[in-house]
Amino acid sequence: MSELIYKNASELAQMLQKGEVSSVELTQAHLDRTAAVDGAVHSYLHVGPEAALAAAKDVDRRRAAGEKLHELAGLPIAVKDNLTTTDAPTTSGSKILEGWIPQYDSTVVKKLREAGMPILGKTNLDEFAMGSSTEFSAYGPSKNPWDLGRIPGGSGGGSSSVVASFQAPLAIGSDTGGSIRYPAFVTGTVGTKPTYGAVSRYGLIALASSLDQVGPVSRNVLDAALLQDVIAGHDPHDSTSLPESLGSMTEAAKKLDVKGMRIGVIKQLSGEGFQPEVSARFNESLELLKNAGAEIVEVSCPSFEYAIAAYYLILPAEASSNLAKFDSVRFGLRVTPEGAPTIERVMAATREAGFGPEVKRRIILGTYALSSGYYDAYYGAAQKVRTLIQRDFEAAFAKADVLVSPTAPATAFKFGEKLEDPLAMYLNDIATIPANLAGIPGMAIPNGIAENNMPSGIQLLAPAREDARLYQVGAVLEKMHEEVWGKRMIDFAPMLEVKN
Amino acid sequence: MSEITPDLVRHLANLARIDVTDQEVDLFAGQLGLIVDSMAAIKEAVAGDVPATSHPIPMANVYREDVVEPSLTQAQALSAAPDSADGRFRVHAILDEE
Repeated sequence: MSELIYKNASELAQMLQKGEVSSVELTQAHLDRTAAVDGAVHSYLHVGPEAALAAAKDVDRRRAAGEKLHELAGLPIAVKDNLTTTDAPTTSGSKILEGWIPQYDSTVVKKLREAGMPILGKTNLDEFAMGSSTEFSAYGPSKNPWDLGRIPGGSGGGSSSVVASFQAPLAIGSDTGGSIRYPAFVTGTVGTKPTYGAVSRYGLIALASSLDQVGPVSRNVLDAALLQDVIAGHDPHDSTSLPESLGSMTEAAKKLDVKGMRIGVIKQLSGEGFQPEVSARFNESLELLKNAGAEIVEVSCPSFEYAIAAYYLILPAEASSNLAKFDSVRFGLRVTPEGAPTIERVMAATREAGFGPEVKRRIILGTYALSSGYYDAYYGAAQKVRTLIQRDFEAAFAKADVLVSPTAPATAFKFGEKLEDPLAMYLNDIATIPANLAGIPGMAIPNGIAENNMPSGIQLLAPAREDARLYQVGAVLEKMHEEVWGKRMIDFAPMLEVKN
Repeated sequence: MSEITPDLVRHLANLARIDVTDQEVDLFAGQLGLIVDSMAAIKEAVAGDVPATSHPIPMANVYREDVVEPSLTQAQALSAAPDSADGRFRVHAILDEE
């Protein structure tokens, strides 16, 4: 197995620039790794060696010809399977889209191609990104590389496990209520949900349009910064895309200074409900930040108590509307019942056969929340809670530059543990959801080993458009962690058994 | 006590155009009942005069320049359809015969 795969993306990018390694060599090394371990990990729904190697070859040729290339040109990457790709199937983890090859590339994929980054394959997710474990993928769950009997987080468990098992140096995720950050927490990796609108959603199969955001998945903070700089920027194809640039995340990650910064600890996201070791690791990191010259303050966000309820009304409401497009007419599955059915009967039979249990549950819940007589009591109230949460953040950010909390209450659980109990599953998102409701950026970084000898993580939050602060603080904390631990968090993960 | 009855689940599934089995109806009625009960507190949270937020970062009147841009061809648009004919999506009867 090539040692190359264990390096950070930033290092690999420099090796490519200096000609110390070719993109073909690097891409092949990752494809070999996938052949060896993905039978056990199941990060991918689709691996595309031919397309990836062709893109790699093209970059190598252009570099040899002296063409000026993007900083990350030649660096391979994995993409979550809810982003459209014209050269690979896009299923969003659902049977209703099995075998669909989209007619257009998502903007994020287009930007990766323009940067010359070979796409290795499409990563697994809970069906339509609804879940916290990948157990709701119609194609079977991904496994946590730290313990194959435990969940890799969700919905982006394919993207978290693909970087945690060294099958890709970088991956793309999407985060509607924590689908980038929770998987990062349980796999000892890094993931950022940028400010709403910082990255285009064009070609992202929508779950909840007012909450969805695409972002980077990596093994360290600088790598995530490099990737966010590739995929961010205004897109006329997305009417919610921010018109202004948020600046360079890479520069922010290289500042390595937090002196005088005010770090706010969110009172409601600590203590009760959070595992003791997760909390202990969190408090240790606060000490580190204090030692680095940051000021620790406490902030209170009382409306967070209602965040999960608001989220699980808004999300299903928007999802029930977004998923109406899967109607057996223009693309995807069609199931025709016997007799002479009308189109409505065909639609209902198709959606019964094509959707899994969590998707049905949420569509039915969303239909309920939006139906007349209940609209004001539920959906209307949820939208008001959203305002209260934004106000809580405003007050908190008046006292602090960056807010912190554990990314989630508990380390990775075992498969099947929460499958029959939707409410228990939803509680995993308690710390990540408020950022989506308010549209602010959030980052999860590794924070040491906690309960069951599994990774834990710390979440950083910044005001809208201030994503750079996350990278600035995250990089400092990561550097201090590596000094204390003597190695990277991911280097604590057990070696996977490799099939040759 | 939950207001989510099996009949309501059947009605909602019909509105959402999803056939459901009797087993699913019972399962969802129980699960959705618990979920909806857990959300009841949300009504108290917003008893005062609080405006609604539908979008986290409000933007209004987002238009692009009114110029023709390349788009999918008819063949491309139809290429993933389960059935098509004469340059159109082909579907089953819209209306019942009755």
